[in-house]
Amino acid sequence: MALDVRLSADHPGGFVLLRLLRLVLVLLAVAIIAFALLKASPIDPVDAYLGADIARVGPDQRAAIAERWGLDQPAPVQFTRWLSQLLSGDPGFSRLYNAPVAEVIAERAGASFLLMALAWALSGVVGFGLGILAGARENSLVDRIIRTYAYGLAGTPTFWIAMVMLMVFSVGLGVTPVCCAGPIGVPPADVTLLERLHHLVLPLIALTLLGVAQITLHTRAKMVEIMSSEIALYARAQGASRADIALRHGARNAALPAITMLFASLGELFGGAVLAEQVFAYPGLGQATIAAGLGGDVPLLLAITLVAAALVSVGNAIADLLYRLVDPRMRRGPHEVLQ
Amino acid sequence: MLEITDLSIAFRRYGPLLTRRETRMLGPLELTLSRGEVLAVVGASGAGKSLLAHAIFGVLPGNAVVSGALRLDGTPLDAARQAALCGRLMALVPQSITHLDPLVRAGRQVGWAAGRSGHARRARHGLARDALARFGLGPDAARAYPHALSGGMARRVMLAMASVGSADLIVADEPTNGLDPENAGRVLDHLRSLADRGRAVMMITHDLTGALGHADRVAILREGQLVEIAPATAFRGAGEGLASPYARALWQALPANGFLVPVAAS
Repeated sequence: MALDVRLSADHPGGFVLLRLLRLVLVLLAVAIIAFALLKASPIDPVDAYLGADIARVGPDQRAAIAERWGLDQPAPVQFTRWLSQLLSGDPGFSRLYNAPVAEVIAERAGASFLLMALAWALSGVVGFGLGILAGARENSLVDRIIRTYAYGLAGTPTFWIAMVMLMVFSVGLGVTPVCCAGPIGVPPADVTLLERLHHLVLPLIALTLLGVAQITLHTRAKMVEIMSSEIALYARAQGASRADIALRHGARNAALPAITMLFASLGELFGGAVLAEQVFAYPGLGQATIAAGLGGDVPLLLAITLVAAALVSVGNAIADLLYRLVDPRMRRGPHEVLQ
Repeated sequence: MLEITDLSIAFRRYGPLLTRRETRMLGPLELTLSRGEVLAVVGASGAGKSLLAHAIFGVLPGNAVVSGALRLDGTPLDAARQAALCGRLMALVPQSITHLDPLVRAGRQVGWAAGRSGHARRARHGLARDALARFGLGPDAARAYPHALSGGMARRVMLAMASVGSADLIVADEPTNGLDPENAGRVLDHLRSLADRGRAVMMITHDLTGALGHADRVAILREGQLVEIAPATAFRGAGEGLASPYARALWQALPANGFLVPVAAS
């Protein structure tokens, strides 16, 4: 019986169940807020759909389109209709791309996934490494260089970095393509892997740079704390070298904040992808988000918002689970104090 | 084995207008310690006991200024020798469980200590197991993370870490702090037996009673000054065998000795 599973974080089953329940509530709240914001936005879906043809369409025709789309109904009715349709498995139809929303997202997510996953993994590895290096010897030259770099990056907007990189590497040096996910004029199916990677380089670097700074600074802060802790003092008294302490104790303890940051930054990563994809005209989910917003494509935008919210929530849940793996003090159950 | 001459420790601080000030926290003091001996260093908190231990191992904070001479087996103990001998010839038993890495199993930390004292990677596991066994700790304790150990067990894990190498000088900082009498007695017995096997043991404590039963000599520290070094046997009766009024007052103030608080003690 479901009632037998106690909704407590102590129980492994309870933990998952509690998380799922919370995820559903979060997604519902996100959907309601996103829908309300869209209704409040000055962009009218019918106007956006008609575009330049707006002058040739009379009020009657406009009303007919609105009625056909259900826009004549009050907002709560529209929302309920959308929700019940979503629950039956259909997130709707994107008028902008003239295809079912699920199809658009699946296609776009494929392109974005590679970009975001690579940027995420790279910023995690590079950020953690730099943080360890900087924090191992506070105020050393290495630390000062890495710190300056991280503070500089943390204060730099993604779109700006992206534009500077385009100017330098694509326009100035001509070593990277100016836009898109493949050469212009070549059908996506014919783009080779090498070309795909070549087009991925700049957006990837721009996105990675964004993530690196945060993780570096958090890892460094924890490293500095550990290197001056009683744990490090004891290790020194045992004859451990600085590298020994940094790797055995520092890196292990600094992994906790790094993991938290890495998973909590999924939302920022998505936001960064929106900007970077726009600047590089990379046909991913981020670019579709902007197009959907400006084109009044409500079903597509809502679906993308939900996907992003689910991504961030699941990321946080994974961070919580990993935390328990890394830190034995977080584990509960048969771990009484030995006597 | 250990000779301390004229040792004093001060801390550099910045006063107003970037003036530097040095505040002396310990010394000057003289101490010697031989193999086979337990020397108890007794004093109230703030007397500079832990500073003395940290100075021997060269792990004082960066703003500490150390003057005077430390000699180990006749050779000056400078920073380079300290770094080379830490864990190998001398070992520290730290004050609290917070010195253990909370994310690493106890047995593994003992193995690391073995490695740091110069043992080959292959030998570490066996050495760690044997060292833990000497202090009555089995595989369960080796597998446990520090937070799952009781205070007495954690202390014995740290004793195992100190003796897993071939250290001849063992400095235990408040080894009985926070332990019940039974566990405290067990830890003190272990320290005594380390000395009986030819090691030099410095036991830093504020528990005079506990120290007396296990130490050969007792050094009394007060506000950074060495008041007296007396044989443990001098602490009896009304303290007639003690040279300084402070040591005698400390002895007489113990509950078993009449709880006396002489007005003229200071």
